[in-house]
Amino acid sequence: MIEVLFFIAAAVALISAAMTVTAHNAVHGLLYLVVTMLAISLIFFLLGSPFAAALQVIVYAGAIMVLFIFVTMMLHQGEKSLLEEKQLFQISGSIGAFLLSAVLLVELVYVLAGFASPQLINGSEGYFTIQTITVKELGIQLYGPYQLLVVIAAMMLLSALISAIHIARRQKNPMQADEEGDQTL
Amino acid sequence: MISIHWLLFLSLALFSIGVYGVVARRNLLFILLSLEIMLNAVVLLFIAGSSFHGNPDGQIMYLLILTLAASEVAVGLGLVIHMYRQHHTLDVDKLSQLRG
Repeated sequence: MIEVLFFIAAAVALISAAMTVTAHNAVHGLLYLVVTMLAISLIFFLLGSPFAAALQVIVYAGAIMVLFIFVTMMLHQGEKSLLEEKQLFQISGSIGAFLLSAVLLVELVYVLAGFASPQLINGSEGYFTIQTITVKELGIQLYGPYQLLVVIAAMMLLSALISAIHIARRQKNPMQADEEGDQTL
Repeated sequence: MISIHWLLFLSLALFSIGVYGVVARRNLLFILLSLEIMLNAVVLLFIAGSSFHGNPDGQIMYLLILTLAASEVAVGLGLVIHMYRQHHTLDVDKLSQLRG
């Protein structure tokens, strides 16, 4: 039963990811990406990581997608940007990129199939019993041995916040941008 | 029962789709979306490893990648807005002012 659910979720994730990278309309691409995130969150749930699944829905499908949708709403100009995008990207014009990534996929599968060979995974042919990792276990690890990483993540979020505000601030003249930036920093 | 091989294959296929998007698209917004797909593929690999070995460390890496993705999106979308204000397009091929 779990296997059937996994295969359905995996197929949904792959198809909607492919639709995301080939969409012409930015809003359609974003909605397909949300479907990808939800399918991946279902897979997390099946793998016994309910906390990660919840975070995937809240942070990825919630917060990050809302950021993208705000920017798309600011920049999208209806038919005009749709026509521009159709000029910028056609599937027939990107066969080279498709072949390159197909070669990359074949190579990665070949290498990782070697890593996951039956000798290395104790002869169980890769099947494993799923045990749920509780939030309590995770919290003990996170605020025990990994305490420093929490601080580093907080610093990274702070620096990203500052640089995003600085980059996206409206500047009257591009030539004055550097001087103004120096003053405020 | 899910085999680890299927999880590896799903993650690698998602990663390759993301690579295709980054290489083929010329719109900065879609390049950022493809980067999100690639980050999700890596996250899936970490959660699969965490589940396979019964070890919570993979999920801690998941939390860190989540913060990384949030910061990357914030800075990236700031750059998108800035580029649109200066060039009135999101075509990355138009960014040729560094050419000597």
